[in-house]
Amino acid sequence: MVTADLAYYSLVAVYSAMAIYTISFVAFALDLAKRSGDAQQAAARAAKAEALATASVSRSAAGGSTVVLDRPSRGAGGAASASTGAPAKASSFERVAIAMMLLGFVVHVASVVLRGLAAGRVPWANMFEFSLTGTAIIVGVYLAVQLVVNLRFLGAYVMGLNLVLLAIGTVNYYVAVSPLPPALQSAWLVIHVFVAILGTAFFAIAAGLSAAQLVQTKREQSKLAGLRFLDTLPGAERLEDLAYRIALVGFVLWTFTLIAGAIWAERAWGRYWGWDTKEVWTFIIWVLYAGYIHARATRGWRGARSSWLSIIGFAAVMFNFSVVNVFFKGLHAYSGL
Amino acid sequence: MARSSDRDGGDATRASSAAAGADTGVTDTGLTDADATDVGGDPLRPSDHIDSVRPGPSDGAGITQPKLGPLGYLRFFWRQLTSMKTALFLLMLLAVAAIPGSLVPQRTSDPNGVVQYRTDHPDLFPVLDKLGVFDTYSSPWFSAVYLLLFISLIGCIIPRTRHHFEALRARPPKTPARLSRLAGYRSITLETAGGAGDDAITAARAVDAARAQLKRSGYRTQVFGDSVSAERGYLRETGNLVFHSALVGVLLTVGVGGGFGYSGQRVVVEGQTFSNVLGSYDSFNPGRWFDETQLSPFSIALDEFSTEYAPDTAGGAGMATDFTADVTAQARGGDAERTQIKVNSPLSIGGSNVYLLGNGYAVDVTVRDGEGNVAFRDTVPFLPQDTNLTSLGVIKVPDALPDQLGMIGFFYPTAADNGTGALTSTDPDTTNPVLSLNVYSGDLGLDAGVPTSVYTLDTDGLTPLAGTDDDAQEKAVQLTPGETATIPDGLGTITFDGVKRFASFDIHHDPSQVWVLLFAGLSFAGLLTALFVPRRRVWVKATETGDGVRLEYAGLARGEDPTLGRAVGDIAKAHLGGLGVPADVAREVADDPARHDVEKPGPAAEGRGRKI
Repeated sequence: MVTADLAYYSLVAVYSAMAIYTISFVAFALDLAKRSGDAQQAAARAAKAEALATASVSRSAAGGSTVVLDRPSRGAGGAASASTGAPAKASSFERVAIAMMLLGFVVHVASVVLRGLAAGRVPWANMFEFSLTGTAIIVGVYLAVQLVVNLRFLGAYVMGLNLVLLAIGTVNYYVAVSPLPPALQSAWLVIHVFVAILGTAFFAIAAGLSAAQLVQTKREQSKLAGLRFLDTLPGAERLEDLAYRIALVGFVLWTFTLIAGAIWAERAWGRYWGWDTKEVWTFIIWVLYAGYIHARATRGWRGARSSWLSIIGFAAVMFNFSVVNVFFKGLHAYSGL
Repeated sequence: MARSSDRDGGDATRASSAAAGADTGVTDTGLTDADATDVGGDPLRPSDHIDSVRPGPSDGAGITQPKLGPLGYLRFFWRQLTSMKTALFLLMLLAVAAIPGSLVPQRTSDPNGVVQYRTDHPDLFPVLDKLGVFDTYSSPWFSAVYLLLFISLIGCIIPRTRHHFEALRARPPKTPARLSRLAGYRSITLETAGGAGDDAITAARAVDAARAQLKRSGYRTQVFGDSVSAERGYLRETGNLVFHSALVGVLLTVGVGGGFGYSGQRVVVEGQTFSNVLGSYDSFNPGRWFDETQLSPFSIALDEFSTEYAPDTAGGAGMATDFTADVTAQARGGDAERTQIKVNSPLSIGGSNVYLLGNGYAVDVTVRDGEGNVAFRDTVPFLPQDTNLTSLGVIKVPDALPDQLGMIGFFYPTAADNGTGALTSTDPDTTNPVLSLNVYSGDLGLDAGVPTSVYTLDTDGLTPLAGTDDDAQEKAVQLTPGETATIPDGLGTITFDGVKRFASFDIHHDPSQVWVLLFAGLSFAGLLTALFVPRRRVWVKATETGDGVRLEYAGLARGEDPTLGRAVGDIAKAHLGGLGVPADVAREVADDPARHDVEKPGPAAEGRGRKI
């Protein structure tokens, strides 16, 4: 197939993915709405469960005549799971949302691959391609993290962010496939940029969790009467823990990006660090997240205060990706707008 | 910064962990009920570290502080500087202080941008310049922030390193009296009634097995009567210290090492040779401790410069896809070597690197003056102005008689009429090369001894002869290769002999950069270790009861440790398996306290456990 055909099919796939993601987004939003109702019922159930909490279950192990298993009721554990109140079963909205997300992701990845085939190189050499691949990686990382912890409540955020980035990138910054300028012809393009995007994906999810944590904190302090679906989310402390761990992964990746970028800069521009605008912002982001990690270890800063830093950090990442690319002058200018 | 390692203590269990945090361990009496509230923190962390001792109520407000002497104040400021809050504040300040440098052009990276900024904002420029915004990253205020930060950092690394060395030699602390208060706690009672003889499970045997098992998994162990106390993950703190020390290393090598290097630029036209001596550089930036003898003698001759363009069939047609400088390089004492310099692929020679950073066209021009003598014959580099390489250059002919001649010219590799009668270049390749010159006569001002750029011509006081100037008698001189044109007023002729390519080389020598890379690599390795190696204590306790042997397992996180509960479970499973307990029972004990990370064992948990 010819380059132009491949690029065209890639574009078709992008728009298809956006359509599917939109369905997923709506379903996630409906799920959040449904959670509000569930939370109400859960509260009622919890009251009933309290009465039964004293019951103990005992059973004897099969075949073990000398073995007697005695299991007293797990008061503490039982109460904990009731207070989190997470619905044991995913709602149908949620199932639809996840299914659509998976489908959208497959189409999205196909579009990334087609674009790469069309260009005959990695598909992240200009602004449109960054957006295309970057959003795919955000969804990929979200789905991967999803395998370890249940972050479905974050689906609406991930899909929303993804749709906005993908739509802006495709509608405003679409460019035809073009060959790499000599400065980008390096193995570091594959490593440096890919790790940067991967780091961004982790920061995005961490920021979403931090935002959820801030709202949850407000609710736990009974300053928010509405938003009942928050009852179905983990507690603020758990959200903070998750956000922190995910941001840590992002921070490690970002550190690597910084070092790999410096090595590449030495090869391409003859100096490893020159305070180019993009370098400056990558450094600022690194310092912000370093600050976030330290804030969590500082008395009086753990909790809501440090979480703001995670959100500010991600805002800086987005700023670096958008405003710095488009409006600032610098050596990273061939993002081929 | 070094402070960050052990941040945690989110839940009740881990808050009490600080009690066991007296790292020396040997003197630790273990956790008792009283300890859980009497939190003896890590004395070597800043006082506002989350794991350190919370100031008692007596330190609170309303207490009259004793008068501080000079030494007291010094100590006070030192404590302030090395506190977590100050470090955090300085970090944030560093992030904010770096912003201005991205908003306005910097002299180091974009000197032309600074000049342009001065023209665009004549009122604002002097103010900003006074503030040092155009040299943000070497300005006093930016330097102050990072220097304070690093002093604060060093003030933290040193005591913690000392402390860590002590901890490395210490034995694990005594087993706490009540393990049930700790993370991942689980217990099981093994009935010994049935199995007498060699197979009988005794407390001593269980303890021995636990010790051997923990040792195998890399724990440092110590037996206290009927229990094993084990600790692992010292590497976490080591990594943390390495990370922060390496950052100091990066700063020092960048700051000090950079002073021993130099960098310079030189434009070389095809056929020319560059020798690495000070005089042959177009521009040169020596480091603080640079010495001319550092210039290693080598020469580079540019044999050919070639550019590849994207084919017309693909997207981005006409775009340059490859630049190659074929050179003959020779270091002193070495043989001449034919090699290539490309973007992303510099040439390393004589301890320096030669980078290909720019290219363009140079025109071969011969000027005969009004008396018919050759007044000028040279190859003049023209600087590219756009992506299609419309290039701007200046030709100065000081030897022309009767008047000196000056020319400002544009070179169009592929000339085309842009519709208004003016020329423009539509392609970077030389498919229709045209040289267009505005010619002036008069005193070029070269004899005044004032250094002038070869790329600019001050036309004030010169007489325009040909060009766009209103006073000029003729339109600009337009030449294709091989053509000759006459200069108005009988001042001579000008011949466009041909076009050559030039390459712009950057020559860098920085002996410190390999050290910077080394420290950067070290800090990354340290970071990985500090963040992902869990540091934890684990206890296995075996007590003989009337029913049999009661086994208890518990752990204690020292720093972020999300998998502690699972780890204790795995230890229990392996231990029970080793003692001959049926696998399904062992698994059940291991799996019992599901989701330990959210569970907070309270007093009710005491009774939890199983009998076999």
